[in-house]
Amino acid sequence: MADGATPVLDVRGLKTVFRTRGGEVHAVNSVSFHLNPGELLGVVGESGSGKSVTMMSLIGLLPSPPADVRAGTVMLGGRDLLKMSADDLRDVRGAKVGFVFQDPMTSLNPVFTVGNQIMEPLIRHMGLNKKQAQIRAAELLALVGIPDAAARLKSYPHQFSGGMRQRVMIAIALACDPDVLIADEPTTALDVTIQAQILELVKDLRQKLGMAIVWITHDLGVIAGIADRVMVMYGGQVVEQAPVRELFANPQHPYTRALLKTIPSLTGEREARLQVIEGQPPILSGAPTACPFRARCAYAFARCEVENPERRAIDGRAVGQGHDVACHWTAEVAHA
Amino acid sequence: MLDASPKPIPPLVQVRGLKMYFPIYTGLLRRHTGDVKAVDGVSFDIMPGETLGLVGESGCGKSTVGRALLRLYEITGGNVVINGTDIATLGPEALRKARPQMQMVFQDPQASLNPRMTLADIIGEPLDEHTDWNSDRKLARVYELMDAVGLNRRFANRFPHEFSGGQRQRIGIARALALNPRFIVCDEPIAALDVSIQAQVVNLLEDLQDKLGLTYLFISHDLSMVRHIADRVAVMYLGRIAELSPRDALYARPLHPYAEALLSAVPEPDPTLARARQRIILQGDVPSPANPPKGCNFCTRCPKAFDLCRRVKPELAEVEPGRFVACHLFSDTAAAGSTGASEAKERNQQGVTQ
Repeated sequence: MADGATPVLDVRGLKTVFRTRGGEVHAVNSVSFHLNPGELLGVVGESGSGKSVTMMSLIGLLPSPPADVRAGTVMLGGRDLLKMSADDLRDVRGAKVGFVFQDPMTSLNPVFTVGNQIMEPLIRHMGLNKKQAQIRAAELLALVGIPDAAARLKSYPHQFSGGMRQRVMIAIALACDPDVLIADEPTTALDVTIQAQILELVKDLRQKLGMAIVWITHDLGVIAGIADRVMVMYGGQVVEQAPVRELFANPQHPYTRALLKTIPSLTGEREARLQVIEGQPPILSGAPTACPFRARCAYAFARCEVENPERRAIDGRAVGQGHDVACHWTAEVAHA
Repeated sequence: MLDASPKPIPPLVQVRGLKMYFPIYTGLLRRHTGDVKAVDGVSFDIMPGETLGLVGESGCGKSTVGRALLRLYEITGGNVVINGTDIATLGPEALRKARPQMQMVFQDPQASLNPRMTLADIIGEPLDEHTDWNSDRKLARVYELMDAVGLNRRFANRFPHEFSGGQRQRIGIARALALNPRFIVCDEPIAALDVSIQAQVVNLLEDLQDKLGLTYLFISHDLSMVRHIADRVAVMYLGRIAELSPRDALYARPLHPYAEALLSAVPEPDPTLARARQRIILQGDVPSPANPPKGCNFCTRCPKAFDLCRRVKPELAEVEPGRFVACHLFSDTAAAGSTGASEAKERNQQGVTQ
């Protein structure tokens, strides 16, 4: 997508804190990103990096307490989602923003038919009557590649395999023709051959429907295949952001570099020994005052201990538009 | 390790025609109406010091093979010879005596560690069971094991919940090593871990193998990690081995259509390659192992299936030196190179590599 196009989703300075007995956990720290029309933004990070919590906070899916979305704006279609009432937000979810979760077994209701669950948002948000909704639901099931769609509406989730359930989840998310689809590790629970089917389906649907997608995953291989732009998260922050080819060809943050080296490749030279990132992911208690990656970083120096680095563009464009990275080392040493 | 001698080293693990059926009981009288054929005639060898990778999708029976090998199940049929003893037929007392040489590392480090036992108790439990050592000697051994897997000795009195996933997996590995086993079944040891932690655990497993001369059966669905750790790889589909080949040969040129499709489905972490590559997208899902298709079990999804595949079950046969494939596409090549067809087939099924 060209720069300057108005983004469909624009998130600025999002902060989410969990209040626990052991103190506050700063799960999301000043996360900013935007999503252009028709774009697929990949969000990569390990468990606990804040990628899911970021997406859940912006559409109000986190229970509060313990979660507390402290700061930031989330602009969608000219309105700030964080300032909306719970009722208004409910109209946004499902209608404007579709969500696909990781585990297709637990996110479908086992006691309702699949047809029922696809029709629910259609009746709630689109004002269709039952008959119209049924026709549309069958169309949606056919769209996501389930054969004999009209008959399968009467099936229950347990009668579907994992891959088919994820197709059903996608059909529900797409039901009201949302502007934004948020997919949270949608293929992690699936086998590789089924994952390949779902990835093909998503590529196909993007061409047909042209919605913007946020795709959360820990699998860099999946990102390489489908994303336009990538955001790497670590310790509740965005540490690097770039167009997909740029990120893989020219990774800047030490974490991104290490991450790309730890995954063994299926082709190419087989390494005698895997590169490792020593140590453990950080515990996010207290507001961050230092770089979250410093303890595991091979390049950390004094400044990393005392100051949390801000994102800064490395190609002269505005942060978020081109390639940017949050790292003192890249800023001071690597490009000195 | 043996000195270089003219006769070949015998395999440490020899599996022949392993079958593991789980009965299905239905109706009011709980009559036996069928079987889930989780493993249906699997044969392979593992040489001392070797790592055999076992890959396949969920439900293909790879974990069942691992558990049946250690006789965590009462197996339905076949032989499992480990270090010269047939594990499949041993009586309870003899089996107990045989257990120290074969151990297991489980997938879920959370579920496989008792939350109410300290780390020292967990790692030392095999010693309580199988040795008559006094407590000092046991503790010394526990410390030694903790050093070997990279756990700080100060942690000995802590509980599993105080550790991260990667550290818990180290505890599981230390426990498996306690009795100096020769053979370890690693059942998806890294599946529950983050990418950056996976590499740490895999490197540890490789270091231990070098140091202690261990033999691994490495069960995983992660094909790129298996390429890294395994010497030979067996690809399973619906309870049977589709292809068993040396690592480099398999990844360079998979022969069985399922192995080919499986490898092509793995996402490539390189945007240019990923978008240029022509993938084989398999249609549909894996059939139920309670009711596998007639003929070749892959014929319902195989892009290359022909008439014969729907009628006759292909046998695993050596189609190239060291490469075993169960597919009719290759049966001509196999038959051409052998004399006395049935005898050759019998030999070929053994899956021995030199």
